[in-house]
Amino acid sequence: MAQRNVVTARRHGRRFVTERAMCLAVPGEVLSTSEKDGVSYGEVRFGGITREVCLHALPDVKPGDFVLVHVGFAIARIDREEAERAWELLGRLGELGEEAEIALGEEET
Amino acid sequence: MKYVDEYRDPEVARCILDRIRAVTTRPAVIMEVCGGQTHSIVRHGLDRLLPESIELVHGPGCPVCVTALETIDRAHAIAQTPDVVFTSFGDMLRVPGSRDDLLGLKARGADVRVVYSPLDAVRIAEREPKKRVVFFGIGFETTAPANAMALREAKRKKLTNFSMLASHVLVPPVIASILQAEGNRVMAFLGPGHVCAVTGYRAYESLVRRYKTPIVITGFEPVDILEGVLMTVLQLERGRAVVENQYVRGVQPEGNPIARELVEETFEVTDRNWRGIGAIPKSGLRIRWEYREHDAERIFDVGDVVTQERPECISGQILRGRKKPCDCPAFGKECTPRTPLGATMVSAEGACAAYYAHGRRRGGDAAAPPPPSRRPS
Repeated sequence: MAQRNVVTARRHGRRFVTERAMCLAVPGEVLSTSEKDGVSYGEVRFGGITREVCLHALPDVKPGDFVLVHVGFAIARIDREEAERAWELLGRLGELGEEAEIALGEEET
Repeated sequence: MKYVDEYRDPEVARCILDRIRAVTTRPAVIMEVCGGQTHSIVRHGLDRLLPESIELVHGPGCPVCVTALETIDRAHAIAQTPDVVFTSFGDMLRVPGSRDDLLGLKARGADVRVVYSPLDAVRIAEREPKKRVVFFGIGFETTAPANAMALREAKRKKLTNFSMLASHVLVPPVIASILQAEGNRVMAFLGPGHVCAVTGYRAYESLVRRYKTPIVITGFEPVDILEGVLMTVLQLERGRAVVENQYVRGVQPEGNPIARELVEETFEVTDRNWRGIGAIPKSGLRIRWEYREHDAERIFDVGDVVTQERPECISGQILRGRKKPCDCPAFGKECTPRTPLGATMVSAEGACAAYYAHGRRRGGDAAAPPPPSRRPS
C-alpha cells in the first residue's frame, strides 16, 4: 500500500520534514473543516503541502484561520504573520536534519 | 514577509545584543530547555555573539535523546514480534538501542513504518485488522495531546489491535532535577515555547518560587532567543526570579485547556527513567488503567530487557548541561550522525547533531559563524 509517510516539502528551495517527535509545532492555514464520528478535522496547508489535521482541541477554528500543528494535532491558534515566520524557520531547520532525512527518504511503506 | 524579517533583522539583533552587553555585570549560565532552541542558537552562532560572561548550556529537551534505553530495547523486542506493525516518528528509527536500531530491524524483515501522526497509526489498525499495530508514543507535553487523541479514538472505535508503547516525559520535573543536582551551574532557563502552548506556564511559577531561578518562556527565532536571554539577564542582574513570557504570540498563560483535559483523561503522572540522566520522580506520563487494552507495555510481555550503553558516550552529561559536545573525545570521530554512539548525535535536535551540522569541532577550529542573516543562508 503506497502511503506517503514522510512528508517533505520545498519552500524557498529548502526541504523540511514534519514527522519529527521534536517539540516544534508547524503552523498551517485551515482550508476546510469537517466532522468524522463526532471529531473535528480540517484540511490544513503547510507552505506547499496539505494534510488532514485533528482540530479537536480548537473547536472554534474556521477556514482561513492559522493553527500551530504538532504531529497531526492542532494545539494553538496563531496569526498569519507568525505562520509565515515559522515556515521560514522550519525551512532552515529542515536543513539540519538532512543527514537523517537522507536515511528516511526511502521510508515510505 | 516584512514581519518575518523583523524577527531575523540583524539590526534588531544588534540592538538587543548591545542592550545585553550594557546590562551584564556578572557571569550567567543560562540553559535553553528545548532542542529546537539549541538548533537555532548553534545555527546562528548566537552563543558566540553574547558577552563572554554569558554561557548558554544545552538542555534535555530532545524527546528522542532522553527516551530510556530500556524503553527503546522494549520497542525493538515488540517490533520483532510476529504480526506486529511497529509505527514510529521518523526520528526514532536510527536511535541506537543496546543492540540495534529500528532501521536495522526493518532491514531484517520487521514491519516498521514511519508515521507523521499517531492518528495515522490508528488508521493503519483500522485498515489492517489482522495485524497488531503498535505506536511508539514518546515526546514532551507538546506531543501528549496527539497521542491522547489516538488512544481515545482507538478505544471509541474498539480497535483492540491498536496499542501504544508510551514513554512521555515532562519538562518541569526535569528542570527541578537539574536545579537540585549537586554541582548545578544553571542560573536561569529559557522555557520551551511549544510545550507551554499546550500546558501554559502556571507549573513554572511554583518552580521559580521554590528555586528562585528565573524562567523566560521563549520562542525559536534568533531574535526571540536573544530577547529571551536579555529578559533572563535583566532578572539575574536585578536579583529577581519570576516567570516571564517572551513568546506571547504562541503561548497563553493557561495553554490549551481542551488539549490538557484530553491528556488528563488518558494519561497519568508516573516516575520516569531518563536516558543519560536517570530516574526522576513524577517526570513522565503513562497510560491510565481505563485504557489498558491499548497499553503495549501491559499487552506485550517481552521479558526482562538487558540494556547496555556505549561507555564512551557522554550524552548524559551533555543533557544536564555539564559538558558540551566538543568535550567528547569521540565527537566527530567515531561518533557522527551516520555512526552515532548515543542519542544526542542521532536525533536531529540533539546538541551533538547540532554541533556537528554546523561545523563546531573540537578545539574551536571551526570558522566563526555569520551573524543572524536577513535571508536563510
